[in-house]
Amino acid sequence: MTPMIDIRDLSVVFGRGPKPVPAVDGVTLALAPGEVVALLGESGSGKSVTLRSLLRLHPASARVGGTIRVDGTDVMALSPRALADFRGRTVSMIFQEPRLALDPVYTIGDQIAEAVRRHRGGTRAQARARALDLFDRVRIPSAKRRLDNYPHEMSGGMLQRAMIAMALSCDPKVLLADEPTTALDATVQIQILLLVRELQREYGLSVIFVTHDIGVAAEVADRVAVMYAGRIVEEGAIADVIRSPQHPYARGLLDARVELAGGRDRLITIPGAPPDLADLPPGCSFAPRCARVSGECRTTVPPLAAPLGRGQVACFHPG
Amino acid sequence: MRAAVLPPLEDRGGPAQPLLTVGGLVKHFPVKGGVFGPRRAVQAVDGVDFSVLKGETLGVVGESGCGKSTTARLLVRLMAPDAGTVIFDGESVGDALSLRDYRRQVQMVFQDSYASLNPRLTIEDSIAFGPRVHGVAARAATGRAHDLLARVGLEPRRFAGRYPHELSGGQRQRVNIARALALEPRLVILDEAVSALDKSVEAQVLNLLLDLKRDFGLTYIFISHDLNVVRFMADRVMVMYLGRVAEIGARDAVFDAPAHPYTAALLASMPKADPAERRDAPPLSGDPPNPIDPPPGCRFNPRCAFVEDVCRRTDPPLAALVPQHSAACLMASSGSGHSRAPEIAA
Repeated sequence: MTPMIDIRDLSVVFGRGPKPVPAVDGVTLALAPGEVVALLGESGSGKSVTLRSLLRLHPASARVGGTIRVDGTDVMALSPRALADFRGRTVSMIFQEPRLALDPVYTIGDQIAEAVRRHRGGTRAQARARALDLFDRVRIPSAKRRLDNYPHEMSGGMLQRAMIAMALSCDPKVLLADEPTTALDATVQIQILLLVRELQREYGLSVIFVTHDIGVAAEVADRVAVMYAGRIVEEGAIADVIRSPQHPYARGLLDARVELAGGRDRLITIPGAPPDLADLPPGCSFAPRCARVSGECRTTVPPLAAPLGRGQVACFHPG
Repeated sequence: MRAAVLPPLEDRGGPAQPLLTVGGLVKHFPVKGGVFGPRRAVQAVDGVDFSVLKGETLGVVGESGCGKSTTARLLVRLMAPDAGTVIFDGESVGDALSLRDYRRQVQMVFQDSYASLNPRLTIEDSIAFGPRVHGVAARAATGRAHDLLARVGLEPRRFAGRYPHELSGGQRQRVNIARALALEPRLVILDEAVSALDKSVEAQVLNLLLDLKRDFGLTYIFISHDLNVVRFMADRVMVMYLGRVAEIGARDAVFDAPAHPYTAALLASMPKADPAERRDAPPLSGDPPNPIDPPPGCRFNPRCAFVEDVCRRTDPPLAALVPQHSAACLMASSGSGHSRAPEIAA
């Protein structure tokens, strides 16, 4: 089956001058139609930069290499006009802070209707009816009244639902989610995660879900790709990676979880801190923090390879 | 003549006396309404009672708007409460115990490690600032700052002269912890102190906090929205909802047998990190309500699965189920009129 999303050897470099920052370095990832993949990583790992590349949201000064195809379309080659059609129609996105993503001076209903008319045409009344239908689907109570709300009149959870409604307004094939539940309270987070999962099934969406939280990834994703310092270091079925992580960084992250500490008085930690992207070590980026490091790790970047036919890991000493 | 060291702080009431006893704490923030509109207030903290025992870690959990951060700010007197008393080791704060002496003994670490440091001070100056205000000579204060930096895992020779922007988030939070300890406090309030850190760094800082607590004989109030972290750190746990205490008790009692339906829902909402345990329905629907208009009766009643008419009329008191475990729920208070309440013993 042809993949819905096919990212090959993506690289994104910010800044010129003496110390450019390679935020993403050689990311290759494919998603089947209807598949949900979590991009898991800490700040600076390149997960959000990878996601934004799919909509070409980087500043003009960023140098982007590699190829991205979505539903057969070469994203890098799109003209500005075709890109505007592509955004929202084929691929849409939800963000961590809906308050920043929505316009504060228009009602939510007007903002959704504007997107609907831009992509699908039709009358104002049709667009509003569509917005009302979407509000019902994302389970916003008293939907009709809520359409006339301004963003500041809604709570965080309600606003995130409204943003999901807007993202789905033009029947996209791909939904990109950039930490959409990180700013929400626990009881609301689980509601939004379940909503995303349900709508994903209903619409047959391919979803890339960026998160730093393994628990969140486990709630929504079929597969997970763990990122570190701009590269994917491990990729596989979510259950496999959680049960038996192969990369030492993925293992470290899973072992450091406080919920596993039951009874112990100390947490297992990964020593050190993530590297400065502008000053990466020549070999494996994780080598300075790794317990299994060998000479080879310090000189050569390990390729992402498939051990045992299950998933892939970029490590010379996996297991 | 400036002193070389701070005068030592003494334990006054002995180990059995709580370090901190809070009674009837209230803080309302007035909100501007229309000219003719009703005068309204955000009831951020609305009658909170609890105590903190010497040497323990009291975990405080709750969602945004529950009043946990306002409570912390009231405790260190970053703002004055509208009502209520704070008793520190037997002495009433602002009364028998002056604010200046109290503040030396109670220090706070905030979530935003950058905003809580002066960007124009080197980190050794930031750490030495408090002791100098309290009369320690400059040289001695700087020496102590270096000791503390080493203690929190930042080599003084490399880090002392740096500015906050030259450090990573985890390093800055270590500086904030060192600064909180500079006055040799007895109680440290950690308000979401690890929430902004990456997971691999968070684990390191939690281990550091445990080491410091043991080595300096500290007492912690540990505020977090992350129940897993609180479970790891706390001896007792207080759950807050809309400005009130919903439940308080020993950690295992609260986590293993929650008595308040809100606590149970909060626990059930945590992601399970196991795709085999996915749920189909969320434990609670809706958002936490606005603390401007808390519902009458029990504040949790509009979201509660066990709500009955009596819950909409009666404000449940914080009632002890067993010694050391209390919940503000009519189902836990005998004779309350709720059908699930325990029978009154004959």
